[in-house]
Amino acid sequence: MRKVITLILGLTSLGVFSLYSQQNNGGQVSGNFQSDVQYYIEDPEIGAVAVDEFVLVNSWANFAYSQGNFSAGFRYEGYMNSLMGYPNQGGINDGIGIPVKWAMFTNDNLEITVGNYYEQFGNGLIFRSYEEKTLGVDNAMMGFRVKYTIAPGVYLKGVIGKQRQYWDYGPGLVRGIDGEIQFNDLIKKFSESNFRFSLGGSFVSKYHQEDHPFYFLPNNVGASAGRINLAYKGININSEYAYKINDPSADNGNIYKPGQALLINTTYSTKGLGIVLGTKWVDNMSFRSDRNASLTDLNINLMPEISKNHTYTLPAFYPYASQPNGEWGAKANVFYKIPKKSLLGGKYGTTISLYYSRVHDIDRSPVNDTTPLMAAGTLGYQTNFFSIGDEMFYQDMTIEISKKWNKKFYTSMSYVKLFYNYEVLRGQTGHENVDANIGIFDMTYKIKRGVAIRTEFQGLFTQQDEGNWGLGLIELTIPRWFFTVFDNWNYGNLDPDERPHYLNFSFGFVNGGNRIQLTYGKQREGVMCVGGVCRNVPASNGIALSISSTF
Amino acid sequence: MKKFILFVFAGILASSVFAQEVPQVQIKDLNGKTVNTTTITQNDGKPVLVSFFATWCKPCVKELTAFSDEYADWAEETGVKIVAISTDNARSSSSVAPFVNARGWEFDVYLDTNGDFKRAMNVGNVPHTFLLDGNGKIVWQHTSYLEGDEEHTFEIIQKVATGQPIK
Repeated sequence: MRKVITLILGLTSLGVFSLYSQQNNGGQVSGNFQSDVQYYIEDPEIGAVAVDEFVLVNSWANFAYSQGNFSAGFRYEGYMNSLMGYPNQGGINDGIGIPVKWAMFTNDNLEITVGNYYEQFGNGLIFRSYEEKTLGVDNAMMGFRVKYTIAPGVYLKGVIGKQRQYWDYGPGLVRGIDGEIQFNDLIKKFSESNFRFSLGGSFVSKYHQEDHPFYFLPNNVGASAGRINLAYKGININSEYAYKINDPSADNGNIYKPGQALLINTTYSTKGLGIVLGTKWVDNMSFRSDRNASLTDLNINLMPEISKNHTYTLPAFYPYASQPNGEWGAKANVFYKIPKKSLLGGKYGTTISLYYSRVHDIDRSPVNDTTPLMAAGTLGYQTNFFSIGDEMFYQDMTIEISKKWNKKFYTSMSYVKLFYNYEVLRGQTGHENVDANIGIFDMTYKIKRGVAIRTEFQGLFTQQDEGNWGLGLIELTIPRWFFTVFDNWNYGNLDPDERPHYLNFSFGFVNGGNRIQLTYGKQREGVMCVGGVCRNVPASNGIALSISSTF
Repeated sequence: MKKFILFVFAGILASSVFAQEVPQVQIKDLNGKTVNTTTITQNDGKPVLVSFFATWCKPCVKELTAFSDEYADWAEETGVKIVAISTDNARSSSSVAPFVNARGWEFDVYLDTNGDFKRAMNVGNVPHTFLLDGNGKIVWQHTSYLEGDEEHTFEIIQKVATGQPIK
C-alpha cells in the first residue's frame, strides 16, 4: 500500500509540474530503454540447458522530466522472467514494476533528492550506491539526499535511506555524511596555483536490529573515512583510509574485529607518458545493511579492484574480484607513446601500455593461544597494519602495443601472463590454481570509407583448468551495420572428449541513439565482470536479441 | 492504476519539448576539481561534442583516437569543442589522466566516477556521443563506434556549425 501511495505522490507531482510547464513553454522529457531477450536451446555438450519459458527477457526504461531547477523520473523494469545467471534465487528478481522513482530540485547551492538515488563518498570505501544493470546489481538508496555547496570548493552531502533489494528494500537503515574542501577554490590566493590540495571525510552508520540466539550484535555500526588529494603539475596523489567498528556478519563468519582499509594511488603524466603506482590494503571491510546478506545484495561500500579490467574474451576468463574480508594489492601501469615520425613510432606513433598487478591475502594470526583462528563470536584474528600474507590471489602482467600503420591499417597486440587463485576467487576448494599465458592479435583494415574488416586471434595456454583455448573472430562493418562471426575453441582440454567449439554469429544495426543486435550461438560458462563486479554466467546456447535506445 | 500512469505520462509528453539541454551535475576534472556539467559544455556559441567513454572500452578508445587525429582540423573549421567524460569507476579512475596524456589527446577530459552524469544523460552503454549546438541544445547523438563513424560525426558537426538542418 505504501508503495502505491509513494507512486501516486510521485506521479502526481510529475503531473502538476507538467501542467505548470504547459504554461511555461514546456519542460524536457528524456529517457532510455533496453531489452535483452534470450531464447535457450539445450546443449549437453557445453552444459547449456533450456528453460521452461523458452524465452527469458530483461527490460527496463528510464523516464525523466526536468524543468528549470526541478526534475523527476522513474524506471520501469520487467524481468519476465530473469535471464539465466542473474541474481534471482527462488525467483526473487522476477516481476514487473516501477522500483525506482525520484524527484529532485536545486535551490541556489542546495540540491535535494527524494526517493531513489545513487551516491558515492570518496573512492567508495565506506559508501557506494550504484547500479550495474548488466550484472543485476542495483543497491539504489530509497530516502533523502541533501547536497550543499557551502562556499566555493566546500561541498557537503548527507544521505539517509534504505537500500534496494530486488523489488523490496533491505531491513537496515543507512545514514551518512560526507564533506570535501578543495582549498584552491576556497582560498582565492591559491586559485591559479600549480599545487592543488583537497581534503575529504565521511561517516556512515547502518542500523540493523537483530536478536541473535548466541551473539550480542551491534545494532548500529559506524564507519568513517578520510581522504586527501594532492596535485602538482603532472603528479597526482590520492589516498583514502577507512575504519569500521566491529560488525559480525555472514561474510566475516561473525567475528568482532573492527575493519580498516587503505588506498593510495600516485600518478605522473606528461604528453606521451603516463605512470600509475597504486596499492591497497583491506582488512575485514565487508559492509552490508543486512548482516546476513550475501552475493551482490545490500552492499553499502565497494572496494575497488587494483588489477586491470580485461575486456578481450580469453583473459576475461579469469577475472579478479575484490576480497572485502582481506587483501593486499599493488599495481604499476606505464603508458607510453613512441613519438610520430621516429624509427619505431612511424607516421602516427605507437602506443605501448604495460600493466602489472599482484594481490595477496593479508597475514592473520590467532588472537591468543586458546582461541582458534577465525572462531565465530571472538575477534577472529589479529593482523599488523599493511601486513601481506603468503597466499597469492592474483597476478597479472600485460603488455599491449597499438599501432596505426597507415590510413587503412591498424593493429593491436597483447601478451598477458596471469595467475588466478581458483579456490579463493571462485570459492571452490580443491580446484587447482591457474597459470595462463595469453596472446592476442587484433587487426583492422579499412577497405573504403565506412567499410572495414576487423579480425581477432586469441590463444590461451595453460596446463590447468580447461587447458588451451583458441579464438578467431572476423567482423565486417559497413555504415550503421556490423556482422561478426567468431569461434572459441577449447582445443586443448585435457579430456579429448571435452573440446567443444563455441561458435557465434551476430549482426546489428546502429542509428543515432538506437542499437539492435541479434546473436545466435553458444556462450561458455564463466564469470562476467563489469565495472568492478562479477557474476557467474551459465553456459548457454540460443538466440539473443538486444535493443537499446536513448531519447 | 495503469490508466493513471498512462494519463500522467501522456500529459508530460504533450507538454514537453524533446530538444534537451545538458543537465546540471557535479563531476570532477583530472586534477580533482569539482566542475559543473553545464559550465564545461559551453563554447561561445559553437558546437560541443560530448563523448562518454571508459579506458577499458576498446571501441571508445578507438573513437576518441579517431577524434584526436582530426581534432585540430575540426576545431579550425567549425570551432567545435570536444569534451570526453570518463565513466571509469574507482578501480581505474586514477589511471585516466596518465592514459589520456600518454596518448596526447588534446580535449578536455572529466571523471564521472559513479555515473551521475551518464545516468542524467540516459546513457546505457559506452561509447555514447552527443552533439550540442551553439545554444547548448542536444541536437544529435550516437551510440557505439563502428569504423569510420567519425567521418559521419564530422558531417553532422559541419551542418550544426553552419546552422543547416541535420536530416
